[in-house]
Amino acid sequence: MPIFIDRRLNPKDKSLGNRQRFLHRVRAELKRSVQEQIRAGKIADADGEHSVSLPAKGTSEPSFRDARDSGRRQHVLPGNKHFSPGDKMPKPGQGGGGAGSSPGLKESEDDFRFVLSREEVLDLFFEDLELPDMVKLNLKEILAFKSRRAGFSASGSPTNISVARTMRNSLGRRIALQRPKRAEVEAILAELARIEAEGTEPARARAAALRAELERLERRRKVIAFVDPVDIRFNRFDAQPLPNAKAVMFCLMDVSGSMGEREKDLAKRFFVLLHLFLKRRYDRTDIVFIRHTHTAQEVDEETFFYSTQSGGTVVSTALEEMQSIIAKRYPSREWNIYAAQASDGDNLASDSERCLGMLDSEIMRLCQYFAYVEIIDERESEIFGSTDNGTSLWRSYLAVKERWPNFDMSRIARAADIYPVFRQLFTRQPAQQRSLGRRR
Amino acid sequence: MTRAASRPGLLFSGSDWNFATLSHAYDVIEAVAKEELGLDIYPVQMEVISSEQMLDAYSSIGMPLMYRHWSFGKHFLHHELLYRKGGRGLAYEIVINSDPCIVYLMEENTMALQALVTAHAALGHNHFFKNNYLFRQWTDADAILGYLDFAKSYISRCEEKHGVAAVEAVLDAAHALMDQGVFRYRRPPRLSSEKQREGLRERLEYEERSYNDLWRTLPRQADGAKAAAENADLIAERKKALNLPEENLLYFLEKTSLILEPWQREILRIVRVIAQYFYPQRQTQVMNEGCATFVHYTVMNALFDRGRIGEGAMLEILRSHSNVVFQPGFDDPRFSGINPYALGLDMMQDIRRIVTEPTAEDRDWFPEIAGSGDWRTVLLDAWANHRDESFIRQYLSPALIRKWRLFVLSDAANESFYSVASIHNERGYERIRSTLAQRYDIGANHTDIQVVDVDLLGQRHLRLQHKVRDGIVLDSGSCDATLRHVQRLWGYEVSLQGVDAQTGSTIYERSSSGLTE
Repeated sequence: MPIFIDRRLNPKDKSLGNRQRFLHRVRAELKRSVQEQIRAGKIADADGEHSVSLPAKGTSEPSFRDARDSGRRQHVLPGNKHFSPGDKMPKPGQGGGGAGSSPGLKESEDDFRFVLSREEVLDLFFEDLELPDMVKLNLKEILAFKSRRAGFSASGSPTNISVARTMRNSLGRRIALQRPKRAEVEAILAELARIEAEGTEPARARAAALRAELERLERRRKVIAFVDPVDIRFNRFDAQPLPNAKAVMFCLMDVSGSMGEREKDLAKRFFVLLHLFLKRRYDRTDIVFIRHTHTAQEVDEETFFYSTQSGGTVVSTALEEMQSIIAKRYPSREWNIYAAQASDGDNLASDSERCLGMLDSEIMRLCQYFAYVEIIDERESEIFGSTDNGTSLWRSYLAVKERWPNFDMSRIARAADIYPVFRQLFTRQPAQQRSLGRRR
Repeated sequence: MTRAASRPGLLFSGSDWNFATLSHAYDVIEAVAKEELGLDIYPVQMEVISSEQMLDAYSSIGMPLMYRHWSFGKHFLHHELLYRKGGRGLAYEIVINSDPCIVYLMEENTMALQALVTAHAALGHNHFFKNNYLFRQWTDADAILGYLDFAKSYISRCEEKHGVAAVEAVLDAAHALMDQGVFRYRRPPRLSSEKQREGLRERLEYEERSYNDLWRTLPRQADGAKAAAENADLIAERKKALNLPEENLLYFLEKTSLILEPWQREILRIVRVIAQYFYPQRQTQVMNEGCATFVHYTVMNALFDRGRIGEGAMLEILRSHSNVVFQPGFDDPRFSGINPYALGLDMMQDIRRIVTEPTAEDRDWFPEIAGSGDWRTVLLDAWANHRDESFIRQYLSPALIRKWRLFVLSDAANESFYSVASIHNERGYERIRSTLAQRYDIGANHTDIQVVDVDLLGQRHLRLQHKVRDGIVLDSGSCDATLRHVQRLWGYEVSLQGVDAQTGSTIYERSSSGLTE
């Protein structure tokens, strides 16, 4: 008779520590891989698991081992069909040189791919954005759940026993199975005592009958338990997700020739971050991509990031397009509207005023938040720093900023600059939460 | 359906299992195995695990307890990937050479498979662990789990005290030398008991506590001639004490390195002990698996003959069995070397045939056992007293060579073709047999690197020597990286000289001083 141990319920993830050590070791390589994937992938996909591949050499474990392409060896192989001693056959895959792999002995260590969890991906992604830990936690937080009563169940933890329900079941069962009550037993005992005190012959016969009856009742009481395991009920709790509203995020970007690869990459990171933020807060987030030159159109993500158009720059066309999409598809009663605009600041001189008017009169009333990022050259960043002068678009937007608290703007030259825009967004969070509550 | 199929006498029906059926099946299987084969086993402890836990066990080289290291994480990811993709199934079981013998069963297995696994691991492997001379002499079945427990907690304490990175550096270096961390020719010392180790640690801690820097500043006696004479004595004494040449690099570094802290030495020792523990397993692959497969095959058939296993379950068992012992030919795309399960089982069944129904050829080749009639005794004796190399050298019969159509292929790196040296004919049997046996001789195949000289009082230059056999040199990239690891542990220059095993001439020389970090 062997000893059996059921280990299935042991804590899982025994090798989690090893995994972390491994990820730490190949961190640089992983980071490059994840950044590349986020750059190439869709905005919405940044928030999820990623499969990454690592070259085997970075993680090799060296040892003194034989070189495959040296020396003389003898192999014993099964399944000879037509060879005789002395037969020769050419080595595969080479033209008479020295090296050749031995049959059946393949190099086993290839590059290998594996899947990173969402948390691990975000950790790597955030690394050079210089987000404070609090914000990272906020972004990585999973949807909140609240436990709510949800009836009763037959299993659960002892602390959750529902006494009332258990006793009700017990009572029902006792009645159905006719469990003798204590009063009945006591009545018989009293009767017995009375008769025994009499001591007459018929009383003795009656006493014997009563004793038999008493024994039967006692046995029955023993067999039919007062509270049986089948009676026990537990309060059941269901984890209910806290309700969240819907949000739509408008990505507006200038795609005229002046926006190069670097500018687009920075803009994309900004959009990704905003999307992560929205996705955490809302059950459903839609993304609308609007690109513009001197005309604007709604496009898919692929076109948005990867195709350029020639033409001048008229920002108001994008705002118009956004306005019409809101009117058509995203009534502001039902949707929380966020907008992020990225541009290099060029605009037709007379158009900036028009933008200002549109934002003032209509758009800012609809939007929860409007973020404008101007992507500038790293050298320019020193000149422009935090001064108020700049392109005409920048100056007009400054006016909007003064009037509307939910408008933010910032200049970005490096990946590390992206965060300040968010800090402003997060510091105003309590006020926003209240307004969200009302809208729902 | 299940009810309809169940007949009295059947051990189980249907594919579901529970602990009662498992236990009952084990009892019957054990009885049958003892009766049919006369096995002698450790008590058994069966543990049911999930597939994820099986992956965990894979990555920590099959042991239930293991210290933490990134390479285990890497192996875990690798196995997990193969498993998720469906590229490779998981083993049905893992068995650990300990007393009591621990067998892991996967919860996904059907009852028929659980019975098969019980016979295979809990009886076959278990018997082999308990009786084979290598395991008896070289490993310590009742101490290994305790030791691993100690190793795990010791290393995690070191990580707390000295930092993960420092511990990882030592482990990396030690792992690189794991293959050279084994005593091949002399018996390793027994694992010291928990008490002794505790005492040793306490003493180290006491020394650390009571260390006083003042002692270092005491003026030393300096007296020219007298000191020189003393030095000469010291050199001779030290060389003798170092016991050179030394094949176990980890042992040598642990005992001799001048730069290691006590805890670093202890880590080297842990890695070395684990390497030593696995050394017999690597020498008895064919026999161990062959023995287990032979046992499960014999026992399952016996149970079927007695009507204890239904036809359906038996078919399932046979299907798994034939998957396990599948051996494709060398030109088959699925070929990946000789399957130790197949070779072991075939040889053991062949021995049974030779003992019970010998041909004239068998009488010629195996006069001692052919026709002796008692195959159980012959097999029990073979299991107890052989390792792969000697087993093949002793028992591979011409009949089996013909059945497998074995042939020997010569492969010289400087030629552009392979040539067939021997095939399964009268002239080839001996050669095939000895070549195959040679392939399984770890002593002969293993990269032979030894410490030959060290000048402890001068530059502390550590010299290693690699005996090059058949012109097979080391993979240069990996070799340089490993030399760097040796230098990390030794602290001073390390050089490796490749010397031809036959002629003694130097083939190559590498030194850690020329390598860039």
